[in-house]
Amino acid sequence: MTTDTKRFERSDFQTDQEVRWCPGCGDYTILASVQTYLASLDIDREKHVFVSGIGCSSRFPYYMNTYGMHGVHGRAPAIATGIAIANPELTVWVITGDGDALSIGGNHLIHTLRRNVNLNIILFNNQIYGLTKGQFSPTSELGKKTKTSPMGSIDRPFNPVSLALGSEASFVARTLDMDRNHTISMLKAMREHEGSGLLEIYQNCNVFNDKAFLDLTAKDTRDENRIWLEDGEPIIFGPNGEYGVTFDGKGARIVEVSQVGRHNIHVHNASNPDPSVAFALSRLAHGPYGPTPLGIFRNVPVPSYGRLLEEQITRAREKQGPGDLAKVIRSRGTWTVE
Amino acid sequence: MSDDTLTESRPAPEQIKDVVIRFAGDSGDGMQLAGTQFTASSALFGNDLSTFPNFPAEIRAPQGTVGGVSSFQVHIADWDILTPGDRPDCLVAMNPAALKANVDDVVPGGLILVNTDAFDERNLGKAGYDENPIDNGSLDTYTVLKAPMEELTKDAVKDSGVKGRAALRSKNFFALGLMSWIYTRSLDPIIEWVDDKFGADTPVGSANVSALRAGYNYGITTEAFHHTYEINPAPLPAGEYTNVIGNVASAWGIMAAADKANLPLFLGSYPITPATTILEELARHRNFGIKTFQAEDEIAGIGATLGAAVAGSLAITTTSGPGLALKSETLSLALMIELPMIIVDVQRGGPSTGLPTKVEQSDLLFAMYGRHGEAPLPIVSTSSPSDAFDAAFEAARIAIKYMTPVILLTDGYIATSSEPWKLPDLDALPDISRPYATHNGEGPFLPYERDPETLAREWAIPGQTGMEHRVGGLEKDSQTGNVSYVPENHEHMSHLRDAKIQQIQADIADVEVHGDGTDLLVLGWGSTYGAIRTAVDRVNKEGLSVSHAHLRHISPFPKNLGDVLARHDRVLIPEINLGQLSKLIRAEYGVDSTGYNRVLGQPLRARFIESEIHDILNGETS
Ligand code: SF4
Repeated sequence: MTTDTKRFERSDFQTDQEVRWCPGCGDYTILASVQTYLASLDIDREKHVFVSGIGCSSRFPYYMNTYGMHGVHGRAPAIATGIAIANPELTVWVITGDGDALSIGGNHLIHTLRRNVNLNIILFNNQIYGLTKGQFSPTSELGKKTKTSPMGSIDRPFNPVSLALGSEASFVARTLDMDRNHTISMLKAMREHEGSGLLEIYQNCNVFNDKAFLDLTAKDTRDENRIWLEDGEPIIFGPNGEYGVTFDGKGARIVEVSQVGRHNIHVHNASNPDPSVAFALSRLAHGPYGPTPLGIFRNVPVPSYGRLLEEQITRAREKQGPGDLAKVIRSRGTWTVE
Repeated sequence: MSDDTLTESRPAPEQIKDVVIRFAGDSGDGMQLAGTQFTASSALFGNDLSTFPNFPAEIRAPQGTVGGVSSFQVHIADWDILTPGDRPDCLVAMNPAALKANVDDVVPGGLILVNTDAFDERNLGKAGYDENPIDNGSLDTYTVLKAPMEELTKDAVKDSGVKGRAALRSKNFFALGLMSWIYTRSLDPIIEWVDDKFGADTPVGSANVSALRAGYNYGITTEAFHHTYEINPAPLPAGEYTNVIGNVASAWGIMAAADKANLPLFLGSYPITPATTILEELARHRNFGIKTFQAEDEIAGIGATLGAAVAGSLAITTTSGPGLALKSETLSLALMIELPMIIVDVQRGGPSTGLPTKVEQSDLLFAMYGRHGEAPLPIVSTSSPSDAFDAAFEAARIAIKYMTPVILLTDGYIATSSEPWKLPDLDALPDISRPYATHNGEGPFLPYERDPETLAREWAIPGQTGMEHRVGGLEKDSQTGNVSYVPENHEHMSHLRDAKIQQIQADIADVEVHGDGTDLLVLGWGSTYGAIRTAVDRVNKEGLSVSHAHLRHISPFPKNLGDVLARHDRVLIPEINLGQLSKLIRAEYGVDSTGYNRVLGQPLRARFIESEIHDILNGETS
């Protein structure tokens, strides 16, 4: 929805609050991407609401010159649900992290996704608890040594994209903090989609979990490890497009294109109503290690919860007329005392 | 026998002033329905009434066992009554378990109507009877009326098209018909209801009507039932009445508040006994634009409610004790942010799952203090089913005016009981609206600027231009609302949040004192109202000098409460807990009271309060 006469500058979305993340934190880049994207839109500032939980990333709303709410740990999807349902005119964003969304708030996340409430959920995944200074999180790799796992974590991690697809989220995507253009294109696709969207952003915590995404970010490894998902395109990657993804009876598999032939490479279809193909793609990597899909896994049209609710109200009014409390309190039978 | 009711050759019924009847049977026997219909018919006749349904805790307790007994008590009278009665004058026992579970409550000499068909060896065994109590003389202190209800029902419904064991389902209607004969009630409203519900011509509808008539006719033709009773209409104040259930009245009060506040209504909730029917009632009225949201859990229920408050709705969440515990964290956030919200706690027996279907008042201190940090909020309490309408309206008024979450306490007894309610003039309810914030564009918008009188902040909602701001759980600067860790600011804000709640005292009604006796004040709150008032009236008639005060507001207390306490020599506080209001009164006023505290999962009984009063005034209790 970029217009020729651009209404906003990025600075219109900045607040006077001092941004308090550690220098070098990936959160800064994401903040810049979001502000840049919002400035490109023709949506009034006051129509945006940012809701967060608790954690480093959850400071985000304080830095956005929109309406915002810093909520309680894990509950941002629930709070945002109330806002989105109460006023469908708003564009509601949820800012959350791996601990906030997947540990303490896991229940709210999956239910919000399955309900398809009109929310744009940005999950900053840094695979660590940063605010509490470095404990393993539900996306930390097995064996990770932290202050609460001195002998190595024995907690099996979630793959947030798989979890979202398992909840039948209607929009699921993944990007990298440092890739601002890709982040912005993912934000755009998510906002334009009706219902719940989940965008996982691999976010570097340079203080407590530096270089967690090195396979996908280092100059010498990134090209062979970034599997870009493009709707309608065969899934081909590698420095010279030498690798691809095929489906056989056992699911998605990485192959050398030369060995199977280009016509056997799977063509990505994000709007496939069946989430199992997207799920299989999400299983190509269990974390950001080795070749990992990035981009939109799933983007299907499903009516949002809010729209269905508004439709029920309209239908009820057509059938019963506008509410009349005087009638309701008499609906269970009355008698008159003279 | 013809299908029609026999021409009555009714012997003159004995005129009585009131009667307490308890319908009891297995959960599957339809006793709630029988009781409700008997009540409806009495209401239309013009009696005053008060009901008390009592459900087994388990949804499917083993059939025929004492644990599976469900009962419905109704008190009908030709005078203004306030309670469903302490003890039944008449018990309908559909099986041995129902008899066993209830017989000890029946007043000596009372009536017991039994369904003799259910008193076979198997059922007697399940109820734990070694021999049949109907035959062994153990019921000699009562008048036992016997009817083979199952045989007679089967016979009555044989032409309806309902076959086999299904025919027995109408036996509650047989009992209802027979009770209608004994207490001189008309069958017409019940038949009308059946027609409405099932259609009188459907097999189920016609079976129910046939069984109903058969029960009535059995009374006419059977000599044993020829002593009948009649209770005249009660001289209630003139007006239009309905028989209202507490949870429904709460829901309607909230609807009225949304209307008078001119706000969209949002309810975020999770099903929990005994609060669920508020959610159910509000979900029925989508045409009012009411948005009900059944969340994934209690936490999401209040989370979404808070979100709706952010967005400018009158936001409600409903729950019971275990759910209130889960909501506590978000409740603190709501009061930190300072947004209006109503949390309805329909209290039940606790702790933990406790007695989910039974009444208790044991969440009072939790409502008062169950939050982290210095987190005061207003508490409004409900004293009877029809009072729930006013209480809910008052909770909303305070929440909106003072930008604060308010806890509305009701309980499992109020939730399911009913009483006649004189319909209010909705147009005469006060306007409780507050405008959203405005900003003239000069200088920054200050979301935490306060009205000097109410100390309430502005309510600026997303979508409003020029007032974009951020709220959150971190301590905030007293003006800008920006995060502030300045020690003095935190202390100032802590005092301010407390002062805001305390000064609501100036805006709430004084507690009324009933009676001018000064020897003893009986102070109560919540659903004990009827029992306390009944007991106080009785002892004053005997010449004692006792008054009754009942609290609508518990936080803050009404401003005259200190004086009222001081005017009386002693204070008795009956509660369905172990003395929670007593603690608050001692803390606030330094007044030591005597407690009458029972936690039997039942409403308090007037006669026990009465004897407590006697004991105190006779000096038997220090
Ligand atoms: S701790 Fe890590 S995630 Fe948190 S602000 Fe610092 S660098 Fe960023």
